[in-house]
Amino acid sequence: MDNLTVEAVDLTRLYGGRAAVSDVSFHLAKGQVLGFLGPNGAGKSTTMKMLTGNLAPSAGSVKICGVDMIEHPKEAKALIGYLPEMRPLYKEFTVDEYLTIAARLHRVSGKHIKKAVEIAKARCGLSHMSKRLIENLSNGYQQRVGIAQAIIHNPMVVILDEPTVGLDPIQIRDIRALIKEIGQEHSVIVSTHILPEVEMVCDHVQIIDKGKLVFNGGIDVLKRQRIGNKLLLGFKRTPTDSALLQIPGITEVEQVDGMVRVRFAEGQAPHEAIVEAAVKEGWGLYQIAPDQTSLEDVFVQLTYQEAAAVEEKAA
Amino acid sequence: MVFSIARKELKSMFASPMGWIILAVMMGIFGNYFANGVTNYLDVASGAIRPAERIGLTQFVSQTVYGAASFVMLFAVPLLSMRLIAEERRSQTLPFLFSAPLSITEIVLGKFSGLLGFLSILIVYIALTLSTLNLWSDIDFGYIIANSVGLFLLVASFCALGLYFSSVTTQPIVAGILSFVALFVLMMLDRFFGGDPTSIIANFSLLKHFGSFASGLIDTADVAFFLLFVITFLTLTIRRLDADRLRG
Repeated sequence: MDNLTVEAVDLTRLYGGRAAVSDVSFHLAKGQVLGFLGPNGAGKSTTMKMLTGNLAPSAGSVKICGVDMIEHPKEAKALIGYLPEMRPLYKEFTVDEYLTIAARLHRVSGKHIKKAVEIAKARCGLSHMSKRLIENLSNGYQQRVGIAQAIIHNPMVVILDEPTVGLDPIQIRDIRALIKEIGQEHSVIVSTHILPEVEMVCDHVQIIDKGKLVFNGGIDVLKRQRIGNKLLLGFKRTPTDSALLQIPGITEVEQVDGMVRVRFAEGQAPHEAIVEAAVKEGWGLYQIAPDQTSLEDVFVQLTYQEAAAVEEKAA
Repeated sequence: MVFSIARKELKSMFASPMGWIILAVMMGIFGNYFANGVTNYLDVASGAIRPAERIGLTQFVSQTVYGAASFVMLFAVPLLSMRLIAEERRSQTLPFLFSAPLSITEIVLGKFSGLLGFLSILIVYIALTLSTLNLWSDIDFGYIIANSVGLFLLVASFCALGLYFSSVTTQPIVAGILSFVALFVLMMLDRFFGGDPTSIIANFSLLKHFGSFASGLIDTADVAFFLLFVITFLTLTIRRLDADRLRG
């Protein structure tokens, strides 16, 4: 397939014998947004450093649009825009000066530099900050400058390490919209701790834990896992468990904080039957809603499952 | 690409008062030496009776100025070179350069030529100041050129060494002190070992190699020494930065 933008094969990175990242393989196609999740110290940033050529992998290879990062680093790096975890800003420059330098270093041709700077500023909402020293900008605006720097040369792959840290809610919304926009034509890899963010902007998710990839798939898989086959019911006069279990499809009943959580079999839709029974028996139904496991729970499950599986294997 | 980095370095030097202050102070110092040289010349020359004692105006004034320049640069270069890489490392801006389509060689050469370009302003300034003597005297331009070339090569060696020490630490101050000490030792070697003409160690003295330029002679052996010195330290810097990428 020639529209693959990122191919990582068996990426491994050892730090003095300890593997920070081991055997991480994945690929990303044009027009995809990949969310990179993982607890602290899981190896997210290390992986991103290897993808951008800031760190040489101990084993494995990275290809950007078919160009090998190790053999042709310059060509491969020209296709990437990278915002590291620590914003690499030269604080003694103004926004305009800094972005001009970024454009020049990323081989934007002399005629287009001015235009590229204008576009990047407009996209990140920085147009009114052009002449300000980066040092004097607020945290959020500095973050925007960092993002502007990463997209200034219109790269094929944009890699953002925790891009929404330190932004206010409106800015976060803007940045998410921006990521989606870039993701339409190019590929984006975003790492984050904020799980709902992943759901909002990404169409692909990877969860990494202790240097290993524990989940790699579409966001819909994660969502399905999240919604599950559960309903949360509220009754004024709570019926007995056995009365609920008689409704076809319901397999499990659980009382929680004055509400009732019921689990139903895959493929069944007992909603209607529940409402009918409630009306007939006069239970006083006032709420019926799908019960969603929070993404946090799914995340914990996934990272925990893996650990449990490893332990089982060891035992 | 090398040029883009050099331009960035120059820009950042002039973005802070540091660059301007160093330029101003150095120009003040050289100007003073120049003025003193001219004043003293009349006294000394009128006192010299025998022809062998008479030395030309160019040589007399230039010697003081260039002698001072080589010594003052010993302090100025570490002050400027210490931040080149150490500062970037401390403020974590190196990934900006590493993820741009640049080789490490280009980054190092760019930083080196940026600093050298900045200091060349002073070298040109000194040469121009001395050339003004031509208004009321007939001066030896060859002598000034030889001295300028010598000073340029000397400063280039200082920069290369300073750049290397800047690449080994995260603390600019540590880099500055290390390069100052190293340069000081290299300058002073011939003070201690110069007495013995067979001594190999004396050959490493930077001042000894600057000596032939100072007497108006462009000796290829000395040019080669300075070039090798520069290449050695630039290579070491490149290797040091490469190790960052490999070892993390």
